[in-house]
Parts: sequence; structure tokens; C-alpha cells
Amino acid sequence: MAPKPCALCTTNPAAIVRPKDRSALCKPCFFNVFETEIHHTITSTNLFTRGERIAIGASGGKDSTVLASVLKTLNERYDYGVELILLSIDEGIKGYRDDSLETVKRNAKEYGMELTILGYKELYGWTMDQVVEQVGKKGNCTYCGVFRRQALDRGAAKLGVKHVVTGHNADDVAETVLMNLLRGDLPRLSRTTSIVTSTPSSVASSTDPASHTNIKRSKPLKYAYEKEIVLYALHKNLTYFSTECIYSPEAFRGSARALIKNLERVRPSAILDVVRSGEDMAKLCPGSDEGCGGACGSNNTSAIPLAEEEEGGCGSSNGRSAGSEMANMDRQLADNEAAAENDLEVEITYHGRDGTQQKVKKTPKKIKGQAAGVVPRKTVAKQVMGKCSKCGYLSSQDVCKACTLLEGLNKNRPKNHIEVGYEEVEPIDGKKESLDLNGVTEQTQTLEIAGSG
Amino acid sequence: MTSEPEKINITVEFSGGLELLFSNQHHHKVTIPSHQQKTDEKSNTTQGPRTTIRDLVTYLCDEVMKDPRRDLFVLDGTVRPGILVLINDTDWELEGEDAYEIKEGDAVLFVSTLHGG
Repeated sequence: MAPKPCALCTTNPAAIVRPKDRSALCKPCFFNVFETEIHHTITSTNLFTRGERIAIGASGGKDSTVLASVLKTLNERYDYGVELILLSIDEGIKGYRDDSLETVKRNAKEYGMELTILGYKELYGWTMDQVVEQVGKKGNCTYCGVFRRQALDRGAAKLGVKHVVTGHNADDVAETVLMNLLRGDLPRLSRTTSIVTSTPSSVASSTDPASHTNIKRSKPLKYAYEKEIVLYALHKNLTYFSTECIYSPEAFRGSARALIKNLERVRPSAILDVVRSGEDMAKLCPGSDEGCGGACGSNNTSAIPLAEEEEGGCGSSNGRSAGSEMANMDRQLADNEAAAENDLEVEITYHGRDGTQQKVKKTPKKIKGQAAGVVPRKTVAKQVMGKCSKCGYLSSQDVCKACTLLEGLNKNRPKNHIEVGYEEVEPIDGKKESLDLNGVTEQTQTLEIAGSG
Repeated sequence: MTSEPEKINITVEFSGGLELLFSNQHHHKVTIPSHQQKTDEKSNTTQGPRTTIRDLVTYLCDEVMKDPRRDLFVLDGTVRPGILVLINDTDWELEGEDAYEIKEGDAVLFVSTLHGG
């Protein structure tokens, strides 16, 4: 069987079938197309600004390794003028993270990027091993997710970085879209499909340069297939570390993942289709930036995605109560109404809430009257994004989720073990932390930690 | 045709976390029959069709894998979705997927995309 030639250059033999459109490409053309598409994602969303310092959330896994490599390539090729550094979080799981951190260190050297490793231990006083010892293997992903999200922001603040990029790929996003769809959690669905997650303008009060409440999050690989990321790493000979977290793989995410992969086998475009569907659904969701054309965001601090509750890598939302979800939803609906009152969203009322064709009068008052008549809604106490009273992290509650979890943990900890309080995290300078290349190197390659459960 | 089936030597590689199912060993040298055997109603064995990736997967599960978690590698008789297969560095989708007939000296790579980082 004669090898099929590449669809682009028509000379080299094809080696890769793109899941997106089933086109068969040779390696050089694949590298080029893959990089160019990410470049397109970055430029079309104005993701980076010249002179910006950007931290790459690096785990040593395939996604963040490819992200670091591609961003370095693109930054040089297209002269973005951004400074790239690596930021790793050490959850403190023996036999899991310490091996992958070795990979990150190797990457840092190879790419000539500055590396900072931050541990849960130093941030929260607890390693994940200790958390699991305390709470068991069930539900520990909640802790890990909440802690990780803050950890990246805190690390970024410490480094004076305002933008963190993560390696979330199209498969991850599709998975999350499905999960939120299956949970009926549309507000979260709208947040997770967006390429930029926390909105820097959300907290006006953060004038402090070291503030960790003003960090932008984005996922440049959002439209990149996992298959292509793996093939890119493979054919470029990038070294990455792959392992499963030794603590309970999340059952629900696992099922969503299997579903996505099965769909891909039958219809490879399904993954990007789900991502696009998620984006379209997000537009319909009240409170999303796109849905209201950005109008709400400009005069309303609460319509911004809540950074603090964003999903972490493991993405467990177990800790999130349905109640607060409802409150948020309700509040956003109330906001929309308020916007309608200001004549900002005439088109929403135009469609008619009760299905009847309404004559569009340009007078905002009339519209408001009709809307209020059809949907009576009790007023919701306005939630104000503020700071956690304990740690100062962005939070809609008095005490942020991490501090609440920590409080529960610390209560049950034997007295003689309480040493590091979370308050100590706030003053960011002073302590060591950056580029601790020797601290975590001694772990061996075993994957046995079973005894700690 | 009653002679012993011809054997072929190939290399099989696992990565992306799959190696954990195969004694944590990435590279395996494997010798497999070039053809499958057919048994007719009189219990005569004759040479069947050529050995394919599908046959190789069964062989790997039966003979090489020590880990009992077969379903992390195989689903519905073929390679589990989410595991990429490269035959001589080429996407197996260009080679007929699991119907590809294995030749002497082939290098087959299985990469899992399912494991996180």
C-alpha cells in the first residue's frame, strides 16, 4: 500500500489524521498547522499584550508541556513581546507530583524559563497527603481543586504576574460542558467555556500590585484536540510526565471523559462541536459577558464570573452548594431586569416572556411594566464581590472557600500539629519559595501511597 | 498447509501512562505468528488470515499484560477510545486501524491520552 501523501504539501507521506476535519498531514505540515491555529486563537481573542509577563501553570503533563513549548515558539516567531515563566503547584502527594515536578524542572531548563514551585504545605499548612489522611479519599478532590485555584493566583501575585495560562484543551472543555449540562449548571457552563475566566476589572479596589484578586486566567489550547497535543509532544520529542492522581479519580468526570472519547471515535468533530455548543449556550445564559453584549459588566460589578469558584484542574464542584448557584442565577436575572429598565436590553423583552408578540415601544418604562407584570420576582439581596476576611482572596462570601475548608481541617487536627496558619500566606514576600530546585528532588519513582487512606 | 505458522518479530511500545499496565516497561519485543490459525470441523488447523493489530491486542492482553485491568486498554474487542496507535510512526487511521496486517519489523506504539499531568 503506497503511503498517502500529505494533504497540504502533497510531497511528504502523511503521518497524522487530524480529528477536526480528517485531513491527513505529514509531520512538518502538522506542526505548522497546529501552531498556527493556536496563534490564531491568541490573536483573535487578543489574549496577550506586549510587555506582559505570563505564568504558565505547569504540571509536567502533556498539556502544559506542549503549551510551554508552543508559546515559546510563537512568542519568538510572531514577536508577541511577552515574558513567559513557569509556575508549578506541589499538592504534596508523594509519588505523584514529585516525579512530574522533575519534568517541569527539565522543561524550565530546556526552554530557558524561570520556574517557581509553590507547595500546598507552605500555602495552607497542609499537604494533600495530610488532607486525605484527615478527610479520606472521598471528596478530597474538592479540597485539591479549591486550593489549586487559589495557589496559582497566589503564586502569580507573588511573582508580580497578572496573567496565568493553563493547558486546558478542547477535550477538557467539552468534558466540562457535558458535566455541567448533565448537572443542569448553566451559569458554570457559561464560565468554563470562556477562553478568559477571571475578569481583571471585577475588583476595582485592587490597586496593590501584589494583590491576588486581579489575575487573568486563560486557556490558549481551548480549541486544540488532546490527540493533537499528544502527537505534537510525541513527534517533537517533548518529554512529559503522565500519571493518574493516586487519589480517587473523579467518577463523574471519568464518565464524561469516556463519553467524549467514544464520541470522538465515531465522529471526531464532536469534541469541537460540543465546545462550540457550550459557547453558544453560554451566550444565552444570563450574566455572561457575551449574552448582554458586555453592557452589564460595565456598570455592574456582580455580573462578572466569580473567579474564586472556578474549577481547578481536577474540577470537582462537590463543594459548591446548589443554593449559592440559585442565588447567583436569581441575582443575574435581577440584574438583567435592571438592565432592561435602563433600556440596555430591549431585545430581550421584545421576544415576549409569555410568548405573545409584543409591540415594541421604545419607551423603557412600558417594557419594564410589562416585564414586571409577567414575571414577578422577589428582590435578591445583592452579592458584592469582596475579599475574604481571613486571607484577602477574592470572594463573594465573608470567608472564602479555601479558608472555610481549612477551618474544618484545622479543627480536627491534633493540637500539636497546628503550626502554619493560612494568615501567613497573605504577606507574600519574605519567605523563600522561588526556584527551590533541591527541595523536592528526593522522591523515588514508586507509585505506592495506598497506606495513607 | 499443516506446517507451523511463520513467526514475525515486532516491537511494541507503551506510553502516556499505559506502560503502568505492562510492568512499567515501555519497550517490548514481541514474537507473534504471521497468520492466525483456523480450525475446521474436523479439528484440522489450517492457516487463517494474517495477524492484525486486533489480534496483537488480544495477544498483548493474554500474554504480556500482568495487570488485571484489561478494560483500561481494551474496550469492545478493540483498543480503547482515547488511546492513540501509531504504526511505524504513522497514525493507525492511515493504515486501516485494527485491521492493519502486521509485517516483520513493524513498530507499534500505544499512547494513552487519558492520563492527566
